[in-house]
Amino acid sequence: MNLSLSLFPLGWQHYLLGGLIIGSGAALLFVLTGRIGGMSTVFSSSWSYLVQRPFFQQGRFVDSRGWRLAYALGLILGALVWWLGFAGGVREATAVPAWQLLVGGFFVGYGARLGNGCTSGHGICGLGSLQWPSLLAVLTFMATAFLTANMAARWLA
Amino acid sequence: MNAANKTLLKSLATLAAGALFGFGLSLSTMIRPEVVLSFLRFQDFGLMLVMGGAVLVVLLAYQLAPRLLERPLLDEHFHVHPSVWNRDTLVGAALFGVGWGLCGVCPGPAIAGLGAGNWSLLWALAGIALGALVQGVRAK
Repeated sequence: MNLSLSLFPLGWQHYLLGGLIIGSGAALLFVLTGRIGGMSTVFSSSWSYLVQRPFFQQGRFVDSRGWRLAYALGLILGALVWWLGFAGGVREATAVPAWQLLVGGFFVGYGARLGNGCTSGHGICGLGSLQWPSLLAVLTFMATAFLTANMAARWLA
Repeated sequence: MNAANKTLLKSLATLAAGALFGFGLSLSTMIRPEVVLSFLRFQDFGLMLVMGGAVLVVLLAYQLAPRLLERPLLDEHFHVHPSVWNRDTLVGAALFGVGWGLCGVCPGPAIAGLGAGNWSLLWALAGIALGALVQGVRAK
């Protein structure tokens, strides 16, 4: 087996092309509107519509909640275009159990907001703007994710 | 252009940028938790190419646009979002990784996956929204 197959058993082209397109989305947002488009903030900013606590009523959430929702809606539309146009109409599904999605999701949401960024915020926008705190954040979440995923594979599967 | 038209145009631009992002997430199969988990278990290194490709384009845009353009095409100024390194960033990133390693879903794919009919991701989306709520309620 050659190296490319052992590193990328499903092929590598769609990964690279997909990454370039993801970057183009964030780049387009910046060039047209000047905005930095990390994804996790939309969860806190959307709560500002419902929760009156001062934390959620901060300007950084209230002032950006409209465009962040539009950006999130765009994500769904883009996936829909891919699905209808390129995926042969096979609906996406996952075998990861619901409890794992819910509990894992909770830590993802709590952690991303406490740490002010996720894979797109720190990983793409933070690294793209050459910020070393983001690099440290990426190395930190990669490390705990490697550990957790391998322990889960051993004990939960 | 009047203010209402400009606002509409900005919203459409934001929507289009998000759509590119979501299309890329789908094409790169990041909306499949199994693919992310196989990366985290060292079985498929595709996620490195996804991240590398995305960072490359964003790096170019973030560095070049403010030098080549006086301001964004549809707005007044380029934003900056400085990240800080402190205890919250460390603990938050560590917890984020624990959750990501458990479910294979991060915020972008949780949202985009819905567009490809992956309703199971609603569980992850509910978890993320709850986590963000609890974080805000606990914050001072």
